Amino acid sequence: MIAVKELTKRYARTTAVDRISFSVEKGQIVGFLGPNGAGKTTTMRVLTCFLPPSSGTATVAGFDVLEQPREVKRRIGYLPETPPLYPEMATREYLRFVGKLKGLAGADLEKRVQYVCERCFIADVKDKLLGKLSKGYRQRVGLAQAIIHNPDVLILDEPTAGLDPKQINETRDLIKSLAGDHTIVLSTHILPEVEQICEQVIIINKGKLVATDSVRNLQARTRGVESLLVEVAGRDGALLHESVQQRLERVPGVAHVLCKNPNDHRLVFEVQSEKGQLSRGDLARAVVEAGWDLNELRAASMSLEEVFLELTGSEAPQEAPSAIPEVQA
Amino acid sequence: MRNIWTICRKELGSYFVSPIAYLLLTMFALIFGFFFWNILGFFVNEGMEMMMRGESAPMNLNEQIIRPLLSNVSVIGLFFIPMITMRLFAEEKRTGTIELLATSPIRDIEIILGKWFAALILYACLILFTALNFGFLFLYGKPDWKPLLVAYLGLLLQGGLLLAIGTFISTLTRNQIIAGAATFGVCLLLWVIEWVTGFESSTWATVLAYFSVITHFDSFARGVIDSKDLVFYLTGIFLGLFATARSMESLRWRS
Repeated sequence: MIAVKELTKRYARTTAVDRISFSVEKGQIVGFLGPNGAGKTTTMRVLTCFLPPSSGTATVAGFDVLEQPREVKRRIGYLPETPPLYPEMATREYLRFVGKLKGLAGADLEKRVQYVCERCFIADVKDKLLGKLSKGYRQRVGLAQAIIHNPDVLILDEPTAGLDPKQINETRDLIKSLAGDHTIVLSTHILPEVEQICEQVIIINKGKLVATDSVRNLQARTRGVESLLVEVAGRDGALLHESVQQRLERVPGVAHVLCKNPNDHRLVFEVQSEKGQLSRGDLARAVVEAGWDLNELRAASMSLEEVFLELTGSEAPQEAPSAIPEVQA
Repeated sequence: MRNIWTICRKELGSYFVSPIAYLLLTMFALIFGFFFWNILGFFVNEGMEMMMRGESAPMNLNEQIIRPLLSNVSVIGLFFIPMITMRLFAEEKRTGTIELLATSPIRDIEIILGKWFAALILYACLILFTALNFGFLFLYGKPDWKPLLVAYLGLLLQGGLLLAIGTFISTLTRNQIIAGAATFGVCLLLWVIEWVTGFESSTWATVLAYFSVITHFDSFARGVIDSKDLVFYLTGIFLGLFATARSMESLRWRS
């Protein structure tokens, strides 16, 4: 649906995007990930024909952004970082205006306005002035204007930025629900968001493509190992973590045991092994047969945050592996 | 064509939903009303004096009231034009709504023409207020209406030209005040530039004076459609809008 080849965008003094290539299949949700200033917005602006590329090509639905911009624009719905709203217009009036700009007319236009109002849960503010809407509603009206002409491709620039947690969840659900009908590219610097919404990730940093893969592969890729988090407690209270560690290391298939928080009175270990080599049953049995309690046993999936920091060259915080999944649970 | 109308409707909406249009209309009506009262009072006094002296010089509503008043309108209009055009593009650039327009399947020129037409319609509303006052002249006297129509055409053309320049300047910045101030400066300069002919008679002075928008209005105010003035205004409008289109295009390559 989208094909970008060797795309470069130079401004007067800086190169915002440097020879990046990627492609997006029809119906996918792709997360465009990168720190601030990485070139996400620039790339999206090239895809929406707002900015012309300095070199390289970008095609949307088979149309080149430079050669046939009008064909591309017809097939794209775009939500910029700040929703492009006119404060003096009422919601419905605004959606009608955008619909007309995108080439809708007559009964068709009315039907679409009605549809997007329901789809984006803004029917109750239909007659309110946009300038009076709350941030969450503004974002939803922004999404509504992006899908009004039922475009093949949706490009959303930081759709959840500046929203409160409840609004973030609502917006994410809304985006997910749109996935069936549209190919979606969304940019963000919030990692859990990508893990939750997207199937595919494109990571860029300082204008360069760092990685492009499915979320699952990316997580697995940085470590060929599987790791399990094990929390153990002694029956009578006193239990030395060294002894537990030694016992766990003797379980067949275990490659490495890390003590997560030796200063805490909880005993949490990260047990690493090669994929498919370790049976959780063996591990659990080992703990129980030693006379200890097994309080917790779960997979410590590496969060995308670590992958991201690793790929963009920053140091991952040490506590991150256990901290992130706990927050989500 | 449909797209031009869509944009134009939206712009008119923002003029008339916000207080901008009403403020401009009120100010214009007040100022013009004062001018009208002034000149009418002068005219009536002159008439009385002549009657007392027993003279009977011909008095003409068109020549003595309508024509000088319309010349005044063309200058007053000069002051209102920056206030009409300054927001056209500067505001869209500041709020980011320009991204919506630029990523919609419409041509730049349709956006520009839509905005310019909306500005022209608001300007036309302003000068139509003068018809209210002139109506009284028709009620109590018998002025010729044909030169008045020609003068209105001239005002529209002159306004169209200055509005095109204002639209162009509005694309250069995201700050409305800068756009307004620059447009005002250019409008003022285009008015006073003909004064060079007062002390200079070189070719350069003539060329400079040619660019004065006000001198080209004189023939229209007299009720004459002079093709050379018509051409001046039309080419001016074309150049202004053309420059706007170029500026919008360069916006994409620069920013």
